[in-house]
Parts: sequence; structure tokens; C-alpha cells
Amino acid sequence: MSITDQTPHRELGLTDAEYERICELLERRPNRVELAMFSLLWSEHCAYKHSRKLLRRLPTEGPQVLLGPGENAGAVDVGEGHAVAFKVESHNHPSAVEPFQGAATGIGGILRDVFALGARPIAVLDSLRFGELSSQRSRYLLDQVVAGIGHYGNSIGVPTVGGEIYFEAPYEHNCLVNAMCVGLARADRMVRSAAAGPGNALVLLGASTGRDGIGGASVLASAELTEGEKRRPSVQIGDPFEEKKLMECCLELLDRGLLVALQDLGAAGLTSSAAEMAAGGGTGVEIAVDRVPLREADMEAFEIMISESQERMLAVIDPATADEVMAVCDRWQTGAAAIGQVTDTGAIRITRQGETVAELPVSALVDGCPLYDLEPEQPDEWMYGNRVGLERGIDPDRVLSALLASPSVASKRWAFEQYDSIVQSRTVRRPESADAAVLRLDETGRAIAVAIDGNGRRVACDPYRGTIEAVLECAQNLACVGARPLGLTNCLNFGNPERPHVAWQLERAIQGLADACEELQVPVVGGNVSLYNETEAGPIYPTPVVGMVGDLPDPGRAAGIALREGDEIALVGPFAPSVAGSELAKLRGDLGPGLPGASIGAVGAAIELVRDAVRTGTIAAAHDVSDGGLACALAEGAICGGVGVEIDLDRLVELRGASGEACLFGEGPGGLLVAGPAEALDTLGATGRDGGVDVIAIGRAGGDRIEISAAESGVSLSLEDAQRAWRSLRPG
Amino acid sequence: MKAKILIRPKQGILDPQGKAIERALPALGFEGVSGIRVGRLVELEAASTDRLAELCEKLLANPLIEDYEIELENGG
Amino acid sequence: MTFGILQFPGSCDDRDALLACRRVAEARLVWHADVELGDVDVVVVPGGFSYGDYLRAGAIARFAPAMEAVARHAEAGGLVLGICNGFQVLCEAGLLPGALLPNDPLRFVCRQVEVVVENAETAFTRGTRLGQRLSIPVKHQSGRYFAPPEQLSELEARGGTVLRYAPGHNPNGSAHEIAGIVSERGNVMGLMPHPEHAVDPLTGSEGGLAIFNSLAASVTRRERSPLSA
Repeated sequence: MSITDQTPHRELGLTDAEYERICELLERRPNRVELAMFSLLWSEHCAYKHSRKLLRRLPTEGPQVLLGPGENAGAVDVGEGHAVAFKVESHNHPSAVEPFQGAATGIGGILRDVFALGARPIAVLDSLRFGELSSQRSRYLLDQVVAGIGHYGNSIGVPTVGGEIYFEAPYEHNCLVNAMCVGLARADRMVRSAAAGPGNALVLLGASTGRDGIGGASVLASAELTEGEKRRPSVQIGDPFEEKKLMECCLELLDRGLLVALQDLGAAGLTSSAAEMAAGGGTGVEIAVDRVPLREADMEAFEIMISESQERMLAVIDPATADEVMAVCDRWQTGAAAIGQVTDTGAIRITRQGETVAELPVSALVDGCPLYDLEPEQPDEWMYGNRVGLERGIDPDRVLSALLASPSVASKRWAFEQYDSIVQSRTVRRPESADAAVLRLDETGRAIAVAIDGNGRRVACDPYRGTIEAVLECAQNLACVGARPLGLTNCLNFGNPERPHVAWQLERAIQGLADACEELQVPVVGGNVSLYNETEAGPIYPTPVVGMVGDLPDPGRAAGIALREGDEIALVGPFAPSVAGSELAKLRGDLGPGLPGASIGAVGAAIELVRDAVRTGTIAAAHDVSDGGLACALAEGAICGGVGVEIDLDRLVELRGASGEACLFGEGPGGLLVAGPAEALDTLGATGRDGGVDVIAIGRAGGDRIEISAAESGVSLSLEDAQRAWRSLRPG
Repeated sequence: MKAKILIRPKQGILDPQGKAIERALPALGFEGVSGIRVGRLVELEAASTDRLAELCEKLLANPLIEDYEIELENGG
Repeated sequence: MTFGILQFPGSCDDRDALLACRRVAEARLVWHADVELGDVDVVVVPGGFSYGDYLRAGAIARFAPAMEAVARHAEAGGLVLGICNGFQVLCEAGLLPGALLPNDPLRFVCRQVEVVVENAETAFTRGTRLGQRLSIPVKHQSGRYFAPPEQLSELEARGGTVLRYAPGHNPNGSAHEIAGIVSERGNVMGLMPHPEHAVDPLTGSEGGLAIFNSLAASVTRRERSPLSA
């Protein structure tokens, strides 16, 4: 009989080879509790077994980097002894199962990642993907996900300052919910997650432990218990009130210098937190599961170890300070239980009523998982289909209206008005008023800007170039408010990496991310990988989402997107518009592989030019050209400013050799609209000439129509009609 | 006929509301109260009871996290 | 003079209120378990989700020990300002009439709105002009002011409606477009908009500053002539 017969490892997602490897590492078979622990820590989610090798390509260093990948979140120096910590993470699957709670607990999880470092969360951004809004299911998911994000973020007092939402058919059965949190800490006070000092106590803070999120591992439950019972609920319920108290409690413990280490409990619960803390400290841990406060009395040891109950943190403290720690927890009405200690054994030992129920080398759990090479293969053809929503040959005015009303382009006011974007009194630029959120930091006398971007459709067209574009767009957004990038975080949402074409997409996307970050000198300080995003209907668009944090000296000078009557308008950068992969191509059912390339260096030069100009305070408005092309970008600035535009794109047509239609609606990186007094744009033009950056005067703001001529084509739409189209997004 | 539908969080599912109320009680001098779970009561009149369960499953309750009980009045 | 900002578990805009108050006077936080208010001249019950807003917004917070001290403070004629969740708490505590129901669209709404000063004679608005429009953001899930018809008439008759949403700005379906009210004695005010988030043009607007200035001026005036309160 083979070693792999008659064990439930396959139901737990471990391959036979992985199971055999576990037996080799242990020199015996794992018991049920141990197998449960392995199955979770060796999952894709925890072990990154299909992506870790590729992720080594990413540049992670820079003088400003204080914490890089591997910690709960990355952190960069923002001066005056302060650090900004940030991370983006996915909560896709839970949101597809129960969208309100899935999204809510996604926010809860990313907040904990940030305050685990001792940083107070100061902002949340979300990147959401749903199927087309024509589908009732998508409308329901949108409605519930937005409500869930608002419920958690609003209740806990962290502003949701920005984000993006795209609607594309490939997300119909697999929505994406990525959330990014940004926190502020004193640089010298940040807590590591490494469990140091054998003899120190492990304290479990926060909520009690229930059977939340056990789902798949329930095959391990003793037969007597499961028989006749309904399937265990595996939906996790978020409790923002509990988390608010937990957060304030952790931050006060930190302020008082009472924490040796802190780690949140996320996927794989106690097992993952304890093992990672021990691995980080080169120590071991001992946990008595009978000391874990339970919500249901009859839980088995393995259930306690892998429960994903929310709003819990694991702290390492000096036992001499236990009374003081308990007093702080009492004050915040936060649960605290000493559940074990740090040891020097290099093992994680779990006991129940004094008996050992599991004992594993930490290294086997954390580093023992085999890492896989991918077998990438470029697909021959476009695999996502095409649907015609807009006939060819209709007049450009109607094209512009259709693009503005297209849910991915349209204003997301309906969603962001459901989020508190101003609590904590830092928000200088609110959602949709500028390309990036701007938060003032009175602690440093400066400000930060934050943006999140990622257009999966364009990545599907060309994973390498599409991912570069996502990084460039984020940097462009930051430039528009005058910010210089400090660091980047990312969430790679892809299908099954064991499929050759998905492997190819993943490999090319990571290479694009690496090349763009390298050339723009933006270090990647953290990230998250979410694979297997697919159903029988097929995989999602490959969707790398990048979040970027930048620094700016004077938040009062951050440009918004609203145009002002009389301002001159110029287009800055090497923007070479093409209809390939654009919103227009999608509406026409013209999608296919391939995107034109762009020089990262040339776009970088344009970014610097705009950033520096915004910092002088002479630029009234700045807006990058993105979904729906120049016409949509101009219309957005016009609608927000309540003023029309008179634009002539002939010069662009001539310079780029593109058609009028492509100049109106085509997309591509490296296009930044700036507006301001004529003298300011003249100065910008002169600086641009010296630096080899195109600054093309294209017109001015005025009147009450959007009038754009572009060689053979042109649009003329009343501001009112444009506004009606752009403000049409309603899921109900 | 009239029906009352009682919706409660499923056993084992976290009930943040019930927990918060329970924790606040001792401060108000209510000792010895525990096991609080907060649900909803929906009253309705229906021409037929045929689809009441479906109504509960699809709208009134979230079967993933809530249980419901249908109580018929007027002798049901 | 000193503002005291209550801090409940779940308060979110407590620090914002602290910062806003400090623009015009001294200010400190008051912990929910404190039984005395000490040197506090004006109590601010801040926004947020005290006790998670579970059961009903403000329903649990009203029983906090500090709220008993606030009730005594109000009874003695002391000034109390309840913002958003604080307004809800003051209504639950019976210090203000009426209740705040879930918004008409049943969704949380965060939006810059304009409110019109309907009574510029109160301790909270004496620095404003009758009819002045103030730009202040709202952000709440349950902000729809409700009172039975006779109570509403009584409120309006005595000039208790201090702030009304400007035409087209009512975000929640409040009765009579009511945004903020004052108690019969004129020393307790509740409002749904967040004046503490409207004290600096950099972060949006400064329409709320007038309320904090009015309070500071009111206290200073009382100190000068304590009998004229």
C-alpha cells in the first residue's frame, strides 16, 4: 500500500508528492491536526508556490524603504521620523460567496495587516471588478460589495479615499475585491512580526474563536461530530466595532512599549500567524489550544488552529508586563488570553490539556513547501470573446456619450458617496476630484498621494505592456497631484497558473511590473497573489492591480481635474493613442491580442515635468488620459469644472500620424492633460522643449459644450448631455 | 393569511450585535444575562403560503448566515 | 475655556472634533467611563459608531457613565453639542426631542451639503447670520430627523430648528429639511452635518468653524456675566 493511500490530503488540496514530502520532512506521517496545518500553510495563498520564484524579479530596494516584502505590509520613510505602511490584498473568493461580508472582512483584514506594524490606518482604497452591469448578478454583487466596504471602513473610522471599478464579462463568475490600506507610524516605533525572546508570552487579542472559514478542512472533523449535522458555516462575519477596539488597543499597547511583536490572524488563522512569527524570530512557539477563548465549546484542536475568525491579533509580550497589558485590553474591552509562549526549539507545539496534539518544525511548515516552475505558453488567439455593444460608423458625438456612460468610464459617485472619505481630517483631495487621493500629514508638514490602478482588459491584450501601463498610470495619477512615488504594492489576480496561457500571462505581467518599477525607480515593498480566479466559464482577465504611495511637499497645490473657465489646456507626454484594447474597441467588439508599446523613459520624463509644474502651484488642473481616451478625459474635467472645452487635436494627429478617431477615443500611456493660465503653460512648454517632452497646446476651457475637432473627425456635445451620460451609473 | 417570519443568525455564526449588547449590560446593572442573539421579525400577509419559504431564502434571510422560522397566524 | 470631547468605544470623529475645538480654545478627550467632566465648559458628543451602532444608533452609548455627567451638565445649563452619532446619542438620552431614522435611500451618504442658519440667536450660532448658508459635509447612515407632528410644530414654533438643509441638499429625507436642532433651554444642540470637518479650506470648507467660534464666544460671555446665560 502506498504511503498516500487513505489519507484525506487530496481533499485538503495537497498533492501526493506534497504529502510524501511532508512525511519525509517529519520522518513520519502527520496526524490530523498537523495535516490541517500543512494543508493551509502549503496552500497557494500562504506559500505562493506558483509565484514565489517569479516574484524574485521585482526590485524591492530603495533608500526610502523601511520594510520590504515579507512583513505584514511594506513601509517607506516619509520624513521627520515617520513612515507610511501600505499593502493591497485580495478577498475575491469570500466576496463571490457572500459579497457584503466578504468585502467587509476584506477591509478588516487589510487594516489588521497595517496596524500589525504599529501604523494607524489613515486611508483605504479599493479596486473592484465585476461582470457587465447588464447582469443581475453583477448588479447585486456591486451593490453588496460597496455596502460591505462602507459598513466596515465607515464604522471603524478609516476614510475610503479612492479606488476604481471595472465591469467586464470575464469577471461575471469571479468578481475581484482588492483593498489597499495605508497607515502612518513613527518610524522608530514600528513593530516587527518576529517572535523574539524564548520565555516571552503569546497573547491572543480580540474576538473569540469560532468555526469561521474552516470550510474545506471540515473533512477532518471527527465522524461522530459531523454526522447528522448541517455543513458548518464557513462564512466569516465582520465586526468593525470589535476591530475598532482591537486597533485602538494595539496602538495603545505599542505606544506604551508593551509589544515585542505583533501579527494579525488572517488566512490559516493561528497556524499561520504563530508559524510565521516563529520563523521570523528563528524561534519556536508553544500553544495550549484549551486557553483559546472559543465561541463554540466543542471545537476540535485542528479547528482552533486553522479558524479564520476575524478581528484577532497575536502579540508577543514580556510576561513581566502581563498585568499592564491586561489593563490596557480591559480599558478597550478587548479580549486577551495568554495562550502560550515563545520557545527556542524551532518547533511549533500544540497542546490540549497538557497533551501534545501537534509538533512540527517551523521550517517545514513555512519554508518546506515545494516551489513550482510554471510552464508558460503564449496563446495563439484572443480567448475572451467579443460582444458588440456599439455599431461601427455611428457619429462621434454618440460614441462619446456611449463611452462616458460605459460603466467602467462613468463616474463612480454612486459608490464613493457610500464611503466616509473625510474622517481623520487628512483628506485634501476627495474621490474623483483629483487623479490621486491626497492626505495631509501634519506630523511631517508634508502630504502623501495614493492611487490604485489596473486595467485587466489591456493586460489581457498584452500582459507585459498592459502591466507596464498600470504602473505608468499610477505614477501619472501621482504626478497630477504633484507627488513623487515612494513605493508600490500590488495584487496579482490571475487564473489557474497550471494552465500554460495563464502561466504565460503571469510571467509576462511580473516581468512588466519589474521593468516598469526598475526604470521609474519605484521599489515594490509588498504585495499579494491571488490565483485560481476562474470557474467553468473560464478565467478572469489577468488583473495585476498596483497601488502606489507618493510624497508631495504642499497639499494645497495638488491639482484637481476640474477645469476653470478661461484656462488654456495642453497635452503633455509621448501619448500615441490607439484604439487597440480601448474601451471603444470593447464596445465595438474589436478586442484582440496586442497593444502598441511605449517608452517607459519617455513617459517617466513627462511624469516628472508635470509633477514639477504642479508643485510650483501654477497648474490649475491635471488629469491623465485613461479609459475612453482624450475625449473622455476632457469631458470629465469639463463636467467637474462645470465649463465646456474648445479643443483642436490636429497637431496631435499630425505628430503621431494617428487618425482623428484614435486621437479622440484611443488609449495608451504617457498622456497628461494640464490646464492653467497661458503663461504657466508657456513656461511648461519651454521646460518641455529643453527636456525633450512634448507639450502640445490643444485648446481652452470655456462655453457650455464639449467641442473637439480632430482631423476628419470631431465631437460636439452639450455639457449637460455629457454630464447625464457620465453620471448614469446606478446598479439598481 | 398573516405570517410572522423570525430571522436569526445561524448557530455558530458570529452575531456582533448580540455580543455588543451583551457586553454593555453589566455596566447598566443587568447581571446574569447571556446568550443574546439579535434577529429580525418580519410580519406579512400573503394570499398563499406556497412560496413563503422561497421568499425567505431569496430575500428576507441570507441562508448562508441566517436561519428563519415561519409562523402562520389565523390557524395557518 | 475648555471643550470636552466624549470618547466611546467606536467613536470615530473624536480626534477630528478635538482638532477643530483646539482651533478656537482648549480641548481634551473625556473617556466614556469617567463619571465627572471636571473643568469642561462645552461637551462635544462626537460622530462615529459608538458601540458599533448596534441595536440602534446611540442606544447603548447613552448609558455610559460619562453620559450621566453630561446629563447633569446639561441640567445645570451647560453647553452640549452632539454631532452625527452624538446627535443620535442625545436623542436616545432624551436631551433632545425626536429620533434619527435610517436615511431615505437606506444607504450611507458622504457628501458636501449646504445648510441654512434658521436661528442665529443660539449659543451655537451667534457668530452666524440668519439665512447664512454654511457648506459642511454629512456622512451618516441614519440621519433622517423624525419627530411626531405635534413635537415638530412645537420645535418649529420655538425656533428650535437651528439649521435646515438648503433646497435640494437634504441627503436623508429629514422632516422639514431639519439638519440641526436646539433644546428648549437652548443649551443642547444636535446636528447631522459635521462642523468639525469644515474648519479648513484645505480639507474642503470652513463653514463649520462658525459653530465652534460661536461656542467659544458664548462661554467667554457667560464667564463675564454669569447670570445672563
